[in-house]
Amino acid sequence: MGVLAPETIRAEAGGIGVVLSERGKGPPLLFLHPGHPAGRVDPDAPVLELLAENRRVIAPTHPGFGMDAAPPVLTNVDDLAYLYLDLMESLDLRDCVVVGVGFGGWIAAEMAVKTCERMSHLVLANAVGIKIGNRETRDIADIYALTDKQLAELVYADPARMAREPKTLPADELTMMARSREATGRYGWTPYLHNPKLKGRLHRIQVPTLVLWGEADRVVTPDYGRAYADAIAGARFATIDGAGHFPHLEQPGAFAQRVLEFVEETRP
Amino acid sequence: MRVFQFTEQPYPDVWNDHNGSLRVNLPNRKLDPKHAAELFHRYYDEWQLADELGLDIMLNEHHSTATCMSAACVIGLSVLARITKRARLLVLGYPIANRPDPLRVAEELATIDVISRGRLEMGFVRGVPQEVAIANLNPVFQSDRFWEAHDFIMKALTSHDEPFNWESENFHYRHVNIWPRPYQQPHPPVWSTTGSTQTAKKLGGYGYVMATLGTGYDTRRLYDAYRQGYAEKRGTAAPADRFAYLGLVAVGRTETEARRRGELIASYPRSSSIVFAPFRNPPGYLSIEDNVRILKGEGKPRSFTKDGRVVEMSKGSVQDLIDAGVMFCGTPDQVHDQIADFVEHCGGMGNLLMMGHAGPMGHEDTVENLTLFAEEVYPRLKSLTQPDAAAVAAQ
Repeated sequence: MGVLAPETIRAEAGGIGVVLSERGKGPPLLFLHPGHPAGRVDPDAPVLELLAENRRVIAPTHPGFGMDAAPPVLTNVDDLAYLYLDLMESLDLRDCVVVGVGFGGWIAAEMAVKTCERMSHLVLANAVGIKIGNRETRDIADIYALTDKQLAELVYADPARMAREPKTLPADELTMMARSREATGRYGWTPYLHNPKLKGRLHRIQVPTLVLWGEADRVVTPDYGRAYADAIAGARFATIDGAGHFPHLEQPGAFAQRVLEFVEETRP
Repeated sequence: MRVFQFTEQPYPDVWNDHNGSLRVNLPNRKLDPKHAAELFHRYYDEWQLADELGLDIMLNEHHSTATCMSAACVIGLSVLARITKRARLLVLGYPIANRPDPLRVAEELATIDVISRGRLEMGFVRGVPQEVAIANLNPVFQSDRFWEAHDFIMKALTSHDEPFNWESENFHYRHVNIWPRPYQQPHPPVWSTTGSTQTAKKLGGYGYVMATLGTGYDTRRLYDAYRQGYAEKRGTAAPADRFAYLGLVAVGRTETEARRRGELIASYPRSSSIVFAPFRNPPGYLSIEDNVRILKGEGKPRSFTKDGRVVEMSKGSVQDLIDAGVMFCGTPDQVHDQIADFVEHCGGMGNLLMMGHAGPMGHEDTVENLTLFAEEVYPRLKSLTQPDAAAVAAQ
C-alpha cells in the first residue's frame, strides 16, 4: 500500500512521557484506543494501516495501558484529555482528525469540549463518558462484574473469532492486558465510565462530528450512541454491521472507510 | 499470650442455597430477619461468656454477605462496650479505605473507647477484594487511600488543642475537632493485617500489632519482614506481643469430639471464597504480576504445611488445616502443643485470634469449645515462654 512502517516513539506532553506509534504522511489523525478488554492498539493493527493511507496517524498508548505504570498525577479522564491537548500542541498538530473508540472516545469528547482549536473532525466510536438514563439505569455494562467469557459476549459481534485466549499470548501481551484492565478502572471506576457533567458540555463541540457505532455493542448500545449524537450540534450517527464495542478491531476496513469518507464529505 | 474470641456472626442457614455466590449478589430476601435477630443475640451471649471466661474479643465487618452479618463493626463494638466488663475489644478490622468519611470513623472509635472505659483495640484493614464492588471507591487507589485515612484518623484522635484543616486528594475537612476524645492516651492500640512482606515491613516501622490469616507455616516470612521494619526504626527487636495470628480453634474432651467441632469450624474457609469470580479481582487490588499469573491460569496458594505441602484452605480436610497451622484442633493437650509449636515457627506470636465459632456450630458446642479452651488451654498459653525476641531478630 506504499505506507511507511510504524514507528514507536516517546513524546513529551506537559512534562509527561507518552509512548506513541506513528505511520503515514499527510494531514494528522490522532487515534485514541479503547479500554479493557481491548486496550492499546498494536502498531501493526490493520486499522492504523488503513487510516494512514493518505494521513499521518498518531496512536498513543494511554499512560498505564502499556508496559509502564501510569504516572501518579494522572488519575482521571480529564487528566488524559489535557495530556492529549498538550500532546497536540507539542507535536504542533493542526486540523487534526481526532478518533476515539470506547474509553478513547470519552477522552476525545472531553478534549473537544475544552477546545476544538487544533481539530478538524471528531469521530466518537462506541464512546462511553456520558450519563443518559435515570439514576437506577446503568447505561454502561459493568465490565468488572462479568467473567471474561460473559464480557466477550457483550463486547464482540463474533466472540468466537475475536476473543483472545490469554494462555497462548506472550508475557508482554499479558502484562499489557493486566495493565489495561487496571488502568481502565483507574480512570473510570467511579462515577462509572462517565463524567456526570460531560453531556451538558457537548454543545461546545464545534467541529464536524461522526458518532460511529458497532451495531452489536452491548456494553453501550446503539441507543446510547444516538443520545450522544443528539447532544452534539450537527453530529452524524452511523452504525457498522458485524462489529461490537471495538469496531476498529472487528471490522477495520469498514471502520477506516467510514472515518475517511466522513472526513472527505465534511471537509470545511 | 492473649487470646481473642472471634466469630464472623454468620448467617449459615443459606450456605447450601447460594447459586455460586454467598457475597455481593446473594439476594437478601434469603435472610429471615427474625432468625437473624436470634443469631445476633446468641453471638452476643457467647461473647459475654468469653468475657466472663477471661478471653478478649475480636469482631469484624463484611458487606452484602451471608458469611458475616456484621456490616458495621461499630454496632457490635457499641453493644459489647456496654454489655462486657473486662475484655479488650478488638475490631479487625475497620475497612477504612472503603469509607468516604474517616472523620466519622475517628468519632465512632473515640466514643467506643470512652464507653468501654479504654478497652478498644483499633484494627485498620484495607478490606477484602469483594467489598470493593459494594463500597465503589476506586480500588486502584485503595492502598493510598488506606494510608491517608490512617494518617487522618490518627491525627484526629490525637489533636486536642484546636481544630485542624485537612485538604488532600481523598479527604476534605476544615474544622476537625472530635468530641469525645479517646479514653486511652495518646490513642487506642493500632492493629492491621497483611499478606505482603512490603506492608509487613511498613507496619513494623509503625510498631503496630500485625495479624495474618491463613498463612500457616509460611507466616514466619511475613513476621520477619515486620521484624526488619521494626528494628530499623527502633533499634530494638520486635516483641512477641506485636504479632497476631488468626487460627481456627476446635477443642474437645476427646479427639473425636474435637474433630466433629473442627468440621463445623472448617465451614469458614470452605464458605468464605464462595463468591462470583469477577468480584474477587477488582482492578488494582492485586498486583500486575499476580494478574499476569491469573491470566496464565496459575493460582496463588497461600497455605503451607510444616513440610512445605500446599493446602488450599477452601478445600482442605480438617487434618490438612491442622497440618497447615490454619486450625488448632484436638484435646486440650493437643491444641496446646499445636499452638506452642506454631509460636516456635513464628519466632514468637503473642496474640491468638481464635475463631472459636463458625458457620453452623450451635450454641452448646460453642459454649463447650470456649469453656474448654479457657479453662484447659489458655492458662498454659499465658505462661508459655516466647522465643527470645533479640535472638530471633538476630537470625
